[in-house]
Amino acid sequence: MATTWTGHTPAPAHLRLTAALALGRLAAWLSRAVLGRSGGVIGGRVLAAVAPDATSRLARHHRVVLVSGTNGKSTSTAMLAAALGVQRRPATNADGANTPAGLCWTVATASAPDVVLEVDEAWLPWAVRTFDPVAVVLLNLARDQLHRNPEVSRLAQRWRDALSAVPLVVANADDPWVVWAAGTAERQVWVAAGQEWDEDSLMCPACGDLLDRGAAWSCRCGTARPTPDWVLRPGAIVAPNGDAVRYATLPGNSNLANAAMALAAAVELGIPPVAAGRSLAGVRVVAGRYATTRVGNHEIRLVLAKNPASWRSALDMIGGDSAAVLLAFNAEGADGRDTSWLYDVDFSVLRGRSVVVCGSRATDLAVRLEMAGVEVAGQYADERTALHAIRPGTVDLLATYTAFQHARRALTRAA
Amino acid sequence: MRPERVGIVVVYPRLLGLYGDRGNGIAVQHRAEARGIPTSLVEVEPGDPIPEQGDLYLVGGGEDRSMTAAARLLDAQAGLRRAVEAGAGCLAVCAGLQLLAREYVGHDGSVRPGLGLLDVTCGRLPGPRAVGEVVARSEIDGSALLGFENHQGDAVLGPLARPLGVVAVGRGNGHDRLEGARQGRVIGTYLHGPVLVRNPALADWLLAQAVGHDLAPLADARVERLRRERLRAAPTLRARRLRRG
Repeated sequence: MATTWTGHTPAPAHLRLTAALALGRLAAWLSRAVLGRSGGVIGGRVLAAVAPDATSRLARHHRVVLVSGTNGKSTSTAMLAAALGVQRRPATNADGANTPAGLCWTVATASAPDVVLEVDEAWLPWAVRTFDPVAVVLLNLARDQLHRNPEVSRLAQRWRDALSAVPLVVANADDPWVVWAAGTAERQVWVAAGQEWDEDSLMCPACGDLLDRGAAWSCRCGTARPTPDWVLRPGAIVAPNGDAVRYATLPGNSNLANAAMALAAAVELGIPPVAAGRSLAGVRVVAGRYATTRVGNHEIRLVLAKNPASWRSALDMIGGDSAAVLLAFNAEGADGRDTSWLYDVDFSVLRGRSVVVCGSRATDLAVRLEMAGVEVAGQYADERTALHAIRPGTVDLLATYTAFQHARRALTRAA
Repeated sequence: MRPERVGIVVVYPRLLGLYGDRGNGIAVQHRAEARGIPTSLVEVEPGDPIPEQGDLYLVGGGEDRSMTAAARLLDAQAGLRRAVEAGAGCLAVCAGLQLLAREYVGHDGSVRPGLGLLDVTCGRLPGPRAVGEVVARSEIDGSALLGFENHQGDAVLGPLARPLGVVAVGRGNGHDRLEGARQGRVIGTYLHGPVLVRNPALADWLLAQAVGHDLAPLADARVERLRRERLRAAPTLRARRLRRG
């Protein structure tokens, strides 16, 4: 059926959309009520099936901002949503449903004018085409789920192709792939957010030569780290005018970096820096991450660790502590099926700590720990049984993506 | 001559280490030290010379671009070739296997000369990328050879090279159900995992070559459990037969 866009939704398409939304809401409600899920993904699938072209039309009524990268998506998105909330509360996919179905559902059901979406890095080009964002925030690009995205360079090339249609990119100046991909956008704001993991960006994204990797990376071909507009200091983010905004809520350098990316984006979208900084500092728990849960005699700190870069950040967060450590390790779905990358992570910081492991691939992890000289006190089927074996007190629970979801549900029930 | 200390040289792990292949060095070192055999491990940075006195050289996998950069670096110096020609052992995984082959296909589709340390020709696998668990039977000792493959390249063996294994589950070289190649003390394979973590027999074979004598058996209960789990996860009859044997 041919329809002409005249500034409002033509009636037949409008009816179809209304029906699609109603069916989607029903499916989402059932998913929540029966399966205990967030419902966004199933709602989005129903919407796409009944009114396939609906989302991009709906997106025109919103100011959409996308946040993508290998690590820090959920946290940065929550922080940006909080910062924009100073002015008016945006809609966001806080459930973490960051592939087409979940994204469409968030946009379709948004009543707020602003929508902040965390987007799976492989779906970013699609999201740019579909939602026509006013800005895209690019955090970092590194190895993750290699069975699905075997080459970081191809992903970066797809980003670069898609971003030429974007008016503003807020991007990490310390990540060469991000800088190269962001180069095609109309305008860039650079944040020196650091790079936890540089082993996927030793070569120049533009010419393939080896990069000169000092504090500021550069290549003989002229590609180099851009001068950052925003920089980090310990416990603070420095704005382009030199004002420092303090940040000390969530632990670790990676969270300071997430805060800086969110702050820079919020300021570009018109929020005053101090108010934005105060608001995003109020984000303490993101989809269960960094949460502390009391279960019986244990105070459990939950940290997501899903690929080499994020394990490095997670170990940095819990380092220098003497709390017991429980590591939950799966290799299914979003975890990626290949566990080889365990050998890219330096686990020696855990030597001398009381460490137990659980999860469907706990044996892979136990072997890795043994080879790193970390003594594994026990291996258990799941986190509940593992906790029985841990002395009362604080426990740092690090978990891969699906293990994290499992632990979060199990511990919430037990708490 | 028996070396005092087994010198392990990991070639460009930051370029050729995409799939945790630096774990191969960790595994060999672990098994050597558990037997009281001292080791030294050098990770060669891109741009630094590759030492020629090593006993065992490890070359890992990487993206096409990293592989191209590594190929350029390897062409510019003779360290690895001289060491292998002088009798050092070598394990080359995935992109590493291709770099040691007679020729391989670069990311632009052009055929490029490899180091020729293996009588193998690498092209492109027909069909989709080979991604998943692999179970093969080792041609060295008949044990189950386990790993995870993630590659688009194939391997055709010439008369001087023998297969490393026969595939029960997975794609391997993509021809005749063969996996990897072996020629003297040089081993090429498409298996990650890392391959020497999952296959202690292969790690010991390389280590025995390096020290020049047979090694005492060394049981590692955790690794054996890992092997049982990976075999149990392999779905086919052929794998089950291997499990019994």
